[in-house]
Amino acid sequence: MSRRFVTIWFRYLKTDWLSRRQPSLLHTPFILAAPDHGRMLITAANIIAEKENIYPGMVVADARAILPGLQVFDDKPGLAAELLKAFAEWCIRFGPLVAVDLPDGLILDSTGCSHLWGGEAAYLTEINKRFYANGYHIRMAMADTIGTAWAVARFGKENRIIEPGGQLHALLSLPPEALRLEAGVIERLHKLGLRQVKQFITMPRSALHRRFGEHTILRIDQATGMKEEWLQPVHVVVPYQERLPCLEPIVTATGIEIALQKLLETLCNRLHKEGKGLRQARFICYRVDNKIITIEIGTNRASHHINHLFKLFEEKLSTIEPDLGIELFVLEAPKTEDLSPMQEKIWEGICSLENIRLAELIDRVANKIGATHIHRYLPDEHYWPERSIKQASSLEEKTNTAWRNDKPRPAHLLAAPEYIDVAAPLPDYPPMLFRYKGKLHIIKKADGPERIEREWWIEEGLHRDYYAVEDEEGHRYWIFRSGHYDQEKTHQWFIHGFFA
Amino acid sequence: MQENRENIIARLQKEILPLQGLKLPAANHALQLDLGPIAEAFPNKSFPVGAIHEFISHAPEDAAATCGFIGCLTGGLMRNGGVCVWIGASRKLFPPALKGFGVDPDRIIFIDLKKDKEILWALEEALKCEGLATVVGEIPEMNFTVSRRLQLAVEQSRVTGFIHRYRPRNINTNACISRWQITSLPSALGENIPGIGFPRWDISLLKIRNGKPGAWKMEWASDILRPITPFMVAIPQEQKRKTG
Repeated sequence: MSRRFVTIWFRYLKTDWLSRRQPSLLHTPFILAAPDHGRMLITAANIIAEKENIYPGMVVADARAILPGLQVFDDKPGLAAELLKAFAEWCIRFGPLVAVDLPDGLILDSTGCSHLWGGEAAYLTEINKRFYANGYHIRMAMADTIGTAWAVARFGKENRIIEPGGQLHALLSLPPEALRLEAGVIERLHKLGLRQVKQFITMPRSALHRRFGEHTILRIDQATGMKEEWLQPVHVVVPYQERLPCLEPIVTATGIEIALQKLLETLCNRLHKEGKGLRQARFICYRVDNKIITIEIGTNRASHHINHLFKLFEEKLSTIEPDLGIELFVLEAPKTEDLSPMQEKIWEGICSLENIRLAELIDRVANKIGATHIHRYLPDEHYWPERSIKQASSLEEKTNTAWRNDKPRPAHLLAAPEYIDVAAPLPDYPPMLFRYKGKLHIIKKADGPERIEREWWIEEGLHRDYYAVEDEEGHRYWIFRSGHYDQEKTHQWFIHGFFA
Repeated sequence: MQENRENIIARLQKEILPLQGLKLPAANHALQLDLGPIAEAFPNKSFPVGAIHEFISHAPEDAAATCGFIGCLTGGLMRNGGVCVWIGASRKLFPPALKGFGVDPDRIIFIDLKKDKEILWALEEALKCEGLATVVGEIPEMNFTVSRRLQLAVEQSRVTGFIHRYRPRNINTNACISRWQITSLPSALGENIPGIGFPRWDISLLKIRNGKPGAWKMEWASDILRPITPFMVAIPQEQKRKTG
């Protein structure tokens, strides 16, 4: 799934804020100014002042000359950051990861969020409406990368949604400033007459690198999605992590065990309090010689059972080489799930698939030997014997299909059918005798045939006519003939299983 | 006098059983396996649960028959919703077949391992797990020490273990409570009826601690294990009610 980002650009952040506090300012031109090199510079101008050609960066005296009735307010340092932080926290309702983009923007990671508002367009409309109702003028864009969303929000003509993968196309007609380049680079680009992204984005990378530096390449890559860009969210999702620094480096196995036990106790207590259980845990040892050793475990069902988790780790503790000593232990749980304590009580003692002890047993086997060795089967809706069962993905998985019991199926099924030589009297009669692994079996009783067709939509080939046969010693076999009796004699007999 | 003496001996025998490590099934744990005449061979006339049973087979046909019999026992022990763990190196078992022996194949968890050492480790862990009904292990070789370890594991957890030894190199003494050998017998459907009947086995109990070894010819009639009698061959329907 591609990621989606929304950038919000507050075009008149500080003046909108002031107008909101003093509604009388709504219809008068005003500016915010701050002292700079012994004169007053405009830091923000409201929408009416901008219409009179008064822009941030001008000297207040010049602006007063243009518009004598202009009101001037002092700009508070750090006001923008304060406002944006408050907005970011408010915006968490639109997505869990919101970052402040100084001086005048927000970045939302809206991956997988917009469908809750009924689509991306409705999502943007909702955000726009909420800010507009509060008197803020914003410009937004949504794209796969932060860079593109940033560029389109600021340099596009309207709120836009860039389709997944459409970053490059969206950037082409924008000016180089849209790529968040350094001021010097932008100036150089303009001097060279490169006023649109499409004029230089196709240039060889080595040339771009030589003339405009590493940073330019990075920004282009971030905008087009070639390189990942990270957000620094205002509210970090709290990780389940515990640290245990040691005064003296630990070198003994007992020491490591004690450290693990302690970390598990604190982590599990926290999980228990929050009603959670871990599905994955990582025990990281930082060695004195700067080596990091990691062991990992996983569980089938969320668990905060200290003894069980300790046992899972115990199998792997021997792989830790303390060498000169370990100075820091970290235990983290990257994957956790909700777990109510009630469930645990019910499961304990009941002899079923939900049993907590069974889950713990499977965890132990999976951690020591590997989860690929553990299988559970469910019936599948196929007649073809090899396909009549399918692997269950979890202990809880169920199907509506019932196990069939109406046709004879052997207790032991060979992994692949094996050739046998037979003597059969007539077409569609069971054979009189067959030879398997050098031994002759004379058939006394037989059932069949049960014709099983190959499912043509899965694979092509011959059908099978199965017979259950019993030889004179009372051994029962499942044999089949593949294909019809016909002139070409393409049919062949196989043994496929042993009945109980 | 004679009766009195017999009573005393019977009472003493009952007292000895728990001392020898055989725990009597608790009243709420009364999982009675209906094994017909075979039950006579067991101590207290009830199938010993919470113990390790050993099965030996030499031919693939007998292995399948043994599997069927283990399926019957497992089906009985899993009747109230238990779970079975099936551990082995080269599993041939076809899960749908177990449905015919009263086992829901989706309640079996298969652990397929390559090395004997891993199988034994997994077996011991599974046998220690109190939530399970039965554990089936397919491993050809098992020395005395290993069997003792497994027996000790089940004494705590009361899990019933079945060790299926296919083509063992030598049949040594071990700490298992019993040793079984199952071979298939020709089936019968009644006179002039073509086709194959219910699976029939020659079940020999070669060794049973505190019990009487014996051999029986039995038939699995879709939901019940019943002895084969000549009379039954003619009218299978009526006999079912009598022995059931």
